[in-house]
Amino acid sequence: MTETTAFYELNVNGSRREVRDSWIGESLLYVLRERLGLMGSKGACEQGECGSCTVMLDGDAVCSCLVLSASAVGSEILTVEGLAPNGEPSDVQRAFVDQGAVQCGFCTPGLIVAVHHLLDNNPDPTMIEVKEALSGNICRCTGYGRIFAAVETVVAVRKGARS
Amino acid sequence: MSVHVPTSLTEAIDLLVANPTARLLSGGTDTMVEVNFNRSKPESVIALRRIAALREYTVDSDRIVIGAGVPYAMMEKGPLAAALPALAAAARTVGSPQIRAAGTLGGNLGTCSPAGDGLPVLAALDATINLRSPRGPRAVPFAEFMTGVKRNSRAVDEIIESVSISPTTGFQDYAKVGVRNAMVISVASVCFVHDTGSSSVRIALGAVGPTIIRAREAEQWLQSQVDASQQLPSHDKLVAEFAQRVAAAARPIDDHRSTAAYRRHAIEVLARRLYLRSTQ
Repeated sequence: MTETTAFYELNVNGSRREVRDSWIGESLLYVLRERLGLMGSKGACEQGECGSCTVMLDGDAVCSCLVLSASAVGSEILTVEGLAPNGEPSDVQRAFVDQGAVQCGFCTPGLIVAVHHLLDNNPDPTMIEVKEALSGNICRCTGYGRIFAAVETVVAVRKGARS
Repeated sequence: MSVHVPTSLTEAIDLLVANPTARLLSGGTDTMVEVNFNRSKPESVIALRRIAALREYTVDSDRIVIGAGVPYAMMEKGPLAAALPALAAAARTVGSPQIRAAGTLGGNLGTCSPAGDGLPVLAALDATINLRSPRGPRAVPFAEFMTGVKRNSRAVDEIIESVSISPTTGFQDYAKVGVRNAMVISVASVCFVHDTGSSSVRIALGAVGPTIIRAREAEQWLQSQVDASQQLPSHDKLVAEFAQRVAAAARPIDDHRSTAAYRRHAIEVLARRLYLRSTQ
Protein backbone atom coordinates (compact mmCIF):
# COMPACT_ATOMS: atom_id res chain seq x y z
CA MET A 1 0.00 0.00 0.00
CA THR A 2 1.49 3.31 -1.05
CA GLU A 3 1.92 6.09 1.45
CA THR A 4 1.11 8.91 -0.88
CA THR A 5 2.35 12.29 0.14
CA ALA A 6 0.84 15.30 -1.39
CA PHE A 7 0.99 18.98 -1.98
CA TYR A 8 -2.20 20.98 -1.82
CA GLU A 9 -3.45 24.36 -0.73
CA LEU A 10 -6.07 25.13 1.87
CA ASN A 11 -7.89 28.40 2.47
CA VAL A 12 -7.54 28.93 6.22
CA ASN A 13 -8.75 32.10 7.93
CA GLY A 14 -8.70 33.94 4.61
CA SER A 15 -5.11 32.95 3.74
CA ARG A 16 -3.83 30.40 1.24
CA ARG A 17 -1.79 27.84 3.16
CA GLU A 18 0.41 25.24 1.50
CA VAL A 19 0.37 21.71 2.87
CA ARG A 20 3.53 19.86 1.87
CA ASP A 21 4.85 16.34 2.37
CA SER A 22 1.87 15.24 4.38
CA TRP A 23 0.18 11.85 4.26
CA ILE A 24 -2.90 12.28 2.08
CA GLY A 25 -5.18 10.58 4.62
CA GLU A 26 -4.58 13.12 7.38
CA SER A 27 -7.57 14.75 9.03
CA LEU A 28 -8.03 18.49 8.81
CA LEU A 29 -7.43 18.67 12.57
CA TYR A 30 -4.04 17.01 12.21
CA VAL A 31 -3.05 19.25 9.31
CA LEU A 32 -4.13 22.42 11.11
CA ARG A 33 -2.13 21.53 14.21
CA GLU A 34 0.87 19.58 12.93
CA ARG A 35 1.39 21.01 9.43
CA LEU A 36 0.15 24.57 9.73
CA GLY A 37 0.99 25.27 13.37
CA LEU A 38 -2.56 26.30 14.27
CA MET A 39 -2.79 24.75 17.73
CA GLY A 40 -6.10 26.35 18.73
CA SER A 41 -8.24 23.44 17.55
CA LYS A 42 -7.83 20.64 20.07
CA GLY A 43 -7.71 16.89 19.46
CA ALA A 44 -9.30 14.67 22.08
CA CYS A 45 -11.59 11.92 20.84
CA GLU A 46 -10.75 11.96 17.10
CA GLN A 47 -14.18 10.46 16.41
CA GLY A 48 -16.60 13.40 16.40
CA GLU A 49 -17.83 12.94 19.96
CA CYS A 50 -16.29 15.83 21.89
CA GLY A 51 -16.37 18.94 19.68
CA SER A 52 -13.00 20.26 20.86
CA CYS A 53 -11.76 20.39 17.23
CA THR A 54 -14.76 22.36 15.92
CA VAL A 55 -14.02 24.65 12.97
CA MET A 56 -16.22 26.28 10.37
CA LEU A 57 -16.06 24.70 6.92
CA ASP A 58 -17.87 26.81 4.31
CA GLY A 59 -19.86 28.34 7.17
CA ASP A 60 -20.87 25.04 8.82
CA ALA A 61 -19.55 24.14 12.28
CA VAL A 62 -17.99 20.68 11.89
CA CYS A 63 -15.53 18.43 13.69
CA SER A 64 -12.21 18.95 11.88
CA CYS A 65 -11.12 15.46 12.99
CA LEU A 66 -13.77 14.01 10.64
CA VAL A 67 -12.82 16.14 7.63
CA LEU A 68 -10.35 14.54 5.24
CA SER A 69 -7.95 17.46 4.87
CA ALA A 70 -7.26 16.92 1.19
CA SER A 71 -11.00 17.02 0.51
CA ALA A 72 -11.20 20.54 1.97
CA VAL A 73 -9.33 22.03 -0.98
CA GLY A 74 -11.45 24.88 -2.33
CA SER A 75 -13.41 25.30 0.90
CA GLU A 76 -13.25 28.21 3.33
CA ILE A 77 -11.90 27.06 6.68
CA LEU A 78 -12.26 29.26 9.75
CA THR A 79 -10.49 28.21 12.94
CA VAL A 80 -10.55 29.76 16.38
CA GLU A 81 -7.41 31.71 15.45
CA GLY A 82 -9.42 33.38 12.67
CA LEU A 83 -11.85 34.78 15.23
CA ALA A 84 -9.09 36.84 16.84
CA PRO A 85 -6.96 37.79 13.84
CA ASN A 86 -4.96 40.53 15.56
CA GLY A 87 -4.74 38.78 18.91
CA GLU A 88 -7.65 40.86 20.16
CA PRO A 89 -10.25 38.49 21.67
CA SER A 90 -13.68 38.33 20.02
CA ASP A 91 -16.72 39.34 22.03
CA VAL A 92 -17.47 35.67 22.66
CA GLN A 93 -13.94 35.00 23.90
CA ARG A 94 -14.08 38.08 26.15
CA ALA A 95 -17.44 36.97 27.60
CA PHE A 96 -16.06 33.47 28.32
CA VAL A 97 -13.21 35.02 30.31
CA ASP A 98 -15.45 37.51 32.11
CA GLN A 99 -18.00 34.85 33.10
CA GLY A 100 -15.46 32.28 34.27
CA ALA A 101 -16.47 29.91 31.48
CA VAL A 102 -12.84 28.88 30.95
CA GLN A 103 -11.48 26.42 33.47
CA CYS A 104 -9.03 23.85 32.14
CA GLY A 105 -9.58 25.44 28.73
CA PHE A 106 -9.32 22.33 26.59
CA CYS A 107 -12.90 22.49 25.27
CA THR A 108 -12.88 26.28 25.00
CA PRO A 109 -11.71 26.79 21.39
CA GLY A 110 -14.33 24.38 20.06
CA LEU A 111 -17.01 26.03 22.16
CA ILE A 112 -15.96 29.51 20.99
CA VAL A 113 -16.32 28.45 17.34
CA ALA A 114 -19.67 26.76 18.07
CA VAL A 115 -21.00 29.89 19.84
CA HIS A 116 -19.90 32.16 16.98
CA HIS A 117 -21.62 29.81 14.54
CA LEU A 118 -24.81 29.79 16.61
CA LEU A 119 -25.00 33.57 17.01
CA ASP A 120 -24.08 34.25 13.36
CA ASN A 121 -27.13 32.22 12.35
CA ASN A 122 -29.47 32.91 15.28
CA PRO A 123 -28.67 36.22 17.04
CA ASP A 124 -31.33 35.81 19.74
CA PRO A 125 -31.51 32.11 20.64
CA THR A 126 -33.66 30.64 23.40
CA MET A 127 -31.80 28.76 26.15
CA ILE A 128 -33.00 25.47 24.64
CA GLU A 129 -31.52 26.50 21.30
CA VAL A 130 -28.24 27.45 22.99
CA LYS A 131 -28.08 24.09 24.76
CA GLU A 132 -28.87 22.19 21.58
CA ALA A 133 -26.30 24.16 19.55
CA LEU A 134 -23.60 23.41 22.12
CA SER A 135 -24.64 19.79 22.72
CA GLY A 136 -21.75 18.56 20.57
CA ASN A 137 -19.13 20.30 22.72
CA ILE A 138 -18.25 18.40 25.85
CA CYS A 139 -16.90 20.30 28.88
CA ARG A 140 -16.01 18.31 32.00
CA CYS A 141 -15.07 21.28 34.23
CA THR A 142 -17.72 23.94 34.25
CA GLY A 143 -21.06 22.14 34.32
CA TYR A 144 -21.95 24.50 31.45
CA GLY A 145 -23.65 27.15 33.63
CA ARG A 146 -20.92 29.73 33.11
CA ILE A 147 -20.75 28.90 29.40
CA PHE A 148 -24.47 29.58 29.01
CA ALA A 149 -24.04 32.80 31.02
CA ALA A 150 -21.30 33.89 28.62
CA VAL A 151 -23.58 33.25 25.63
CA GLU A 152 -26.37 35.26 27.28
CA THR A 153 -23.93 38.13 27.86
CA VAL A 154 -22.91 38.23 24.20
CA VAL A 155 -26.54 38.09 23.06
CA ALA A 156 -27.43 41.01 25.33
CA VAL A 157 -24.44 43.13 24.32
CA ARG A 158 -24.95 42.52 20.60
CA LYS A 159 -28.68 43.29 20.97
CA GLY A 160 -27.81 46.55 22.70
CA ALA A 161 -25.39 47.44 19.92
CA ARG A 162 -28.06 46.85 17.28
CA SER A 163 -30.77 49.00 18.92
CA MET B 1 -3.73 6.36 -0.80
CA SER B 2 -4.99 8.87 -3.31
CA VAL B 3 -7.70 11.47 -2.88
CA HIS B 4 -9.90 12.86 -5.63
CA VAL B 5 -12.24 15.80 -5.17
CA PRO B 6 -14.54 15.95 -8.21
CA THR B 7 -16.92 18.88 -8.65
CA SER B 8 -19.48 17.16 -10.88
CA LEU B 9 -21.25 13.82 -10.80
CA THR B 10 -19.95 12.97 -14.28
CA GLU B 11 -16.39 13.56 -13.15
CA ALA B 12 -17.02 11.45 -10.03
CA ILE B 13 -18.37 8.55 -12.11
CA ASP B 14 -15.35 8.71 -14.45
CA LEU B 15 -13.05 8.61 -11.41
CA LEU B 16 -14.95 5.64 -9.97
CA VAL B 17 -14.66 3.73 -13.24
CA ALA B 18 -10.92 4.39 -13.26
CA ASN B 19 -10.62 3.43 -9.54
CA PRO B 20 -13.28 0.76 -8.97
CA THR B 21 -12.10 0.01 -5.42
CA ALA B 22 -12.20 3.67 -4.36
CA ARG B 23 -13.99 4.59 -1.15
CA LEU B 24 -16.76 7.11 -1.81
CA LEU B 25 -16.55 9.74 0.93
CA SER B 26 -19.54 11.89 1.84
CA GLY B 27 -19.65 13.59 5.27
CA GLY B 28 -16.70 11.55 6.57
CA THR B 29 -18.31 10.78 9.91
CA ASP B 30 -17.83 7.00 9.51
CA THR B 31 -14.80 6.72 7.25
CA MET B 32 -12.63 9.28 9.04
CA VAL B 33 -13.08 7.51 12.38
CA GLU B 34 -11.76 4.32 10.74
CA VAL B 35 -8.85 6.22 9.18
CA ASN B 36 -8.01 8.13 12.39
CA PHE B 37 -7.83 4.89 14.37
CA ASN B 38 -5.97 2.97 11.65
CA ARG B 39 -8.85 0.56 11.24
CA SER B 40 -8.89 1.07 7.51
CA LYS B 41 -6.70 2.77 4.98
CA PRO B 42 -8.56 3.08 1.69
CA GLU B 43 -6.23 2.95 -1.29
CA SER B 44 -8.23 5.58 -3.07
CA VAL B 45 -10.86 8.06 -1.89
CA ILE B 46 -13.36 9.98 -4.02
CA ALA B 47 -14.67 12.82 -1.86
CA LEU B 48 -18.14 13.90 -2.99
CA ARG B 49 -18.63 17.00 -0.84
CA ARG B 50 -17.85 19.53 -3.56
CA ILE B 51 -20.48 18.22 -5.99
CA ALA B 52 -23.11 20.95 -5.63
CA ALA B 53 -25.84 18.93 -7.39
CA LEU B 54 -25.72 16.26 -4.67
CA ARG B 55 -26.54 18.90 -2.02
CA GLU B 56 -29.85 19.93 -3.63
CA TYR B 57 -33.37 18.82 -2.84
CA THR B 58 -36.82 19.43 -4.32
CA VAL B 59 -40.18 19.23 -2.58
CA ASP B 60 -43.13 18.84 -4.97
CA SER B 61 -46.69 17.83 -4.12
CA ASP B 62 -46.23 14.32 -5.52
CA ARG B 63 -42.50 13.69 -5.04
CA ILE B 64 -39.66 14.71 -2.77
CA VAL B 65 -36.12 14.21 -4.05
CA ILE B 66 -33.22 14.57 -1.61
CA GLY B 67 -29.67 14.71 -2.98
CA ALA B 68 -27.32 12.14 -1.47
CA GLY B 69 -25.09 14.93 -0.15
CA VAL B 70 -27.78 16.88 1.71
CA PRO B 71 -26.65 16.99 5.34
CA TYR B 72 -28.97 16.05 8.22
CA ALA B 73 -28.95 19.69 9.36
CA MET B 74 -30.97 20.56 6.24
CA MET B 75 -33.59 17.90 7.06
CA GLU B 76 -34.16 19.12 10.61
CA LYS B 77 -36.02 22.27 9.58
CA GLY B 78 -37.42 24.12 6.57
CA PRO B 79 -39.27 22.55 3.61
CA LEU B 80 -37.88 19.03 4.10
CA ALA B 81 -38.95 18.94 7.76
CA ALA B 82 -42.42 20.21 6.84
CA ALA B 83 -42.85 17.58 4.14
CA LEU B 84 -41.20 14.69 6.02
CA PRO B 85 -41.61 15.10 9.80
CA ALA B 86 -40.33 11.56 10.45
CA LEU B 87 -37.10 12.30 8.60
CA ALA B 88 -36.72 15.55 10.55
CA ALA B 89 -37.20 13.65 13.82
CA ALA B 90 -34.62 11.05 12.78
CA ALA B 91 -32.17 13.72 11.61
CA ARG B 92 -32.44 15.47 14.97
CA THR B 93 -31.30 12.31 16.79
CA VAL B 94 -28.11 11.95 14.73
CA GLY B 95 -24.93 12.71 16.71
CA SER B 96 -24.30 16.36 17.52
CA PRO B 97 -24.92 19.55 15.49
CA GLN B 98 -21.39 19.16 14.10
CA ILE B 99 -22.15 15.60 12.94
CA ARG B 100 -25.50 16.69 11.47
CA ALA B 101 -23.74 19.44 9.50
CA ALA B 102 -21.54 16.79 7.88
CA GLY B 103 -23.47 13.49 7.78
CA THR B 104 -25.72 12.75 4.79
CA LEU B 105 -28.40 10.29 3.67
CA GLY B 106 -26.05 9.14 0.90
CA GLY B 107 -23.43 8.30 3.51
CA ASN B 108 -26.02 6.51 5.67
CA LEU B 109 -27.04 4.44 2.61
CA GLY B 110 -23.46 3.79 1.54
CA THR B 111 -22.50 2.52 4.99
CA CYS B 112 -25.85 0.70 5.44
CA SER B 113 -25.47 0.10 9.16
CA PRO B 114 -28.66 -1.40 10.65
CA ALA B 115 -28.41 1.41 13.24
CA GLY B 116 -28.33 4.17 10.60
CA ASP B 117 -30.93 6.68 11.76
CA GLY B 118 -32.14 7.71 8.31
CA LEU B 119 -32.78 4.17 7.12
CA PRO B 120 -35.98 3.19 9.01
CA VAL B 121 -37.56 6.37 7.66
CA LEU B 122 -36.62 5.46 4.09
CA ALA B 123 -37.97 1.94 4.67
CA ALA B 124 -41.28 3.11 6.14
CA LEU B 125 -41.79 5.69 3.39
CA ASP B 126 -41.00 3.15 0.63
CA ALA B 127 -38.22 5.42 -0.64
CA THR B 128 -36.46 4.80 -3.92
CA ILE B 129 -32.67 5.00 -4.09
CA ASN B 130 -31.45 6.63 -7.31
CA LEU B 131 -28.05 5.40 -8.46
CA ARG B 132 -25.98 6.54 -11.43
CA SER B 133 -23.23 4.79 -13.37
CA PRO B 134 -21.75 4.96 -16.89
CA ARG B 135 -24.58 2.59 -17.80
CA GLY B 136 -27.13 5.25 -16.85
CA PRO B 137 -29.51 5.77 -13.94
CA ARG B 138 -30.99 2.95 -11.85
CA ALA B 139 -33.81 3.28 -9.33
CA VAL B 140 -33.94 0.69 -6.53
CA PRO B 141 -36.65 0.39 -3.85
CA PHE B 142 -35.08 0.72 -0.38
CA ALA B 143 -36.20 -2.83 0.53
CA GLU B 144 -34.05 -4.17 -2.32
CA PHE B 145 -31.18 -1.77 -1.70
CA MET B 146 -30.16 -2.82 1.81
CA THR B 147 -29.18 -6.47 1.71
CA GLY B 148 -27.43 -7.05 5.05
CA VAL B 149 -25.24 -5.58 7.78
CA LYS B 150 -23.26 -2.88 5.98
CA ARG B 151 -24.22 -4.46 2.66
CA ASN B 152 -26.22 -2.99 -0.18
CA SER B 153 -26.93 -3.64 -3.83
CA ARG B 154 -24.91 -0.68 -5.13
CA ALA B 155 -22.76 -1.89 -8.05
CA VAL B 156 -19.05 -1.03 -7.99
CA ASP B 157 -19.45 1.60 -10.69
CA GLU B 158 -22.54 3.25 -9.18
CA ILE B 159 -22.79 6.42 -7.12
CA ILE B 160 -25.81 7.11 -4.92
CA GLU B 161 -27.29 10.27 -6.44
CA SER B 162 -30.51 10.88 -4.53
CA VAL B 163 -33.50 9.45 -2.72
CA SER B 164 -37.08 9.84 -3.97
CA ILE B 165 -39.99 9.75 -1.55
CA SER B 166 -43.74 10.05 -2.13
CA PRO B 167 -45.28 12.40 0.43
CA THR B 168 -47.92 11.01 2.81
CA THR B 169 -50.87 12.67 4.51
CA GLY B 170 -51.48 12.18 8.21
CA PHE B 171 -48.96 11.10 10.81
CA GLN B 172 -45.31 10.12 10.55
CA ASP B 173 -42.68 10.07 13.28
CA TYR B 174 -39.45 8.41 14.37
CA ALA B 175 -38.18 7.45 17.81
CA LYS B 176 -35.13 5.65 19.08
CA VAL B 177 -33.63 4.27 22.26
CA GLY B 178 -29.94 4.65 23.06
CA VAL B 179 -27.81 4.45 26.17
CA ARG B 180 -28.42 8.14 26.84
CA ASN B 181 -30.56 10.91 25.39
CA ALA B 182 -28.16 12.50 22.90
CA MET B 183 -24.99 11.83 20.89
CA VAL B 184 -25.81 8.18 20.70
CA ILE B 185 -26.10 5.29 18.27
CA SER B 186 -29.46 3.51 18.22
CA VAL B 187 -30.04 0.44 20.33
CA ALA B 188 -33.48 0.19 18.73
CA SER B 189 -35.41 2.58 16.50
CA VAL B 190 -38.84 2.76 14.93
CA CYS B 191 -40.42 4.83 12.16
CA PHE B 192 -44.23 4.81 12.09
CA VAL B 193 -46.24 6.25 9.21
CA HIS B 194 -50.03 6.46 9.11
CA ASP B 195 -50.99 7.62 5.61
CA THR B 196 -54.68 8.51 5.59
CA GLY B 197 -54.42 9.22 1.84
CA SER B 198 -53.65 5.58 0.97
CA SER B 199 -55.41 4.17 4.08
CA SER B 200 -52.21 2.45 5.13
CA VAL B 201 -49.92 2.11 8.11
CA ARG B 202 -46.24 1.36 7.73
CA ILE B 203 -43.72 0.61 10.46
CA ALA B 204 -39.98 0.01 10.10
CA LEU B 205 -37.49 -1.13 12.73
CA GLY B 206 -33.81 -0.21 13.00
CA ALA B 207 -30.90 -1.84 14.85
CA VAL B 208 -32.85 -5.05 15.51
CA GLY B 209 -31.80 -7.16 12.53
CA PRO B 210 -29.27 -7.40 9.73
CA THR B 211 -31.34 -4.99 7.66
CA ILE B 212 -34.07 -2.50 8.46
CA ILE B 213 -37.18 -4.60 9.07
CA ARG B 214 -40.70 -3.72 7.93
CA ALA B 215 -43.22 -5.28 10.31
CA ARG B 216 -45.56 -6.14 7.43
CA GLU B 217 -47.65 -8.72 9.28
CA ALA B 218 -48.37 -6.13 12.00
CA GLU B 219 -49.17 -3.49 9.37
CA GLN B 220 -51.66 -5.79 7.63
CA TRP B 221 -53.22 -6.88 10.91
CA LEU B 222 -53.76 -3.28 11.99
CA GLN B 223 -55.22 -2.34 8.61
CA SER B 224 -57.71 -5.21 8.99
CA GLN B 225 -58.76 -3.94 12.42
CA VAL B 226 -59.24 -0.22 11.75
CA ASP B 227 -60.32 2.28 9.10
CA ALA B 228 -56.90 3.67 8.20
CA SER B 229 -58.40 6.56 6.23
CA GLN B 230 -59.37 8.04 9.62
CA GLN B 231 -57.48 8.84 12.82
CA LEU B 232 -56.51 5.58 14.53
CA PRO B 233 -58.44 4.49 17.65
CA SER B 234 -56.49 4.48 20.90
CA HIS B 235 -58.05 1.68 22.97
CA ASP B 236 -55.50 -0.20 25.02
CA LYS B 237 -56.11 -3.73 23.74
CA LEU B 238 -55.66 -2.78 20.09
CA VAL B 239 -52.52 -0.72 20.75
CA ALA B 240 -50.98 -3.45 22.91
CA GLU B 241 -51.59 -6.16 20.35
CA PHE B 242 -50.21 -4.01 17.54
CA ALA B 243 -47.05 -3.27 19.53
CA GLN B 244 -46.59 -6.97 20.36
CA ARG B 245 -46.98 -7.92 16.72
CA VAL B 246 -44.43 -5.27 15.74
CA ALA B 247 -41.96 -6.54 18.35
CA ALA B 248 -42.44 -10.10 17.06
CA ALA B 249 -41.02 -8.97 13.71
CA ALA B 250 -37.72 -7.86 15.26
CA ARG B 251 -34.69 -10.15 14.88
CA PRO B 252 -32.35 -8.63 17.46
CA ILE B 253 -29.02 -9.95 18.73
CA ASP B 254 -26.93 -9.52 21.87
CA ASP B 255 -23.94 -7.26 21.23
CA HIS B 256 -21.76 -4.62 22.88
CA ARG B 257 -24.60 -2.07 22.79
CA SER B 258 -27.48 -4.08 24.21
CA THR B 259 -29.20 -7.44 24.52
CA ALA B 260 -31.69 -9.04 22.17
CA ALA B 261 -34.33 -9.17 24.92
CA TYR B 262 -33.98 -5.48 25.75
CA ARG B 263 -34.08 -4.51 22.07
CA ARG B 264 -37.31 -6.46 21.49
CA HIS B 265 -38.85 -4.83 24.56
CA ALA B 266 -37.72 -1.38 23.36
CA ILE B 267 -39.32 -1.96 19.95
CA GLU B 268 -42.63 -2.79 21.62
CA VAL B 269 -42.48 0.37 23.76
CA LEU B 270 -41.49 2.58 20.80
CA ALA B 271 -44.22 1.12 18.57
CA ARG B 272 -46.84 1.79 21.25
CA ARG B 273 -45.46 5.29 21.88
CA LEU B 274 -45.51 6.30 18.23
CA TYR B 275 -48.95 4.79 17.66
CA LEU B 276 -50.35 6.76 20.60
CA ARG B 277 -48.68 9.96 19.38
CA SER B 278 -50.51 9.51 16.09
CA THR B 279 -53.85 9.55 17.92
CA GLN B 280 -53.19 12.80 19.76
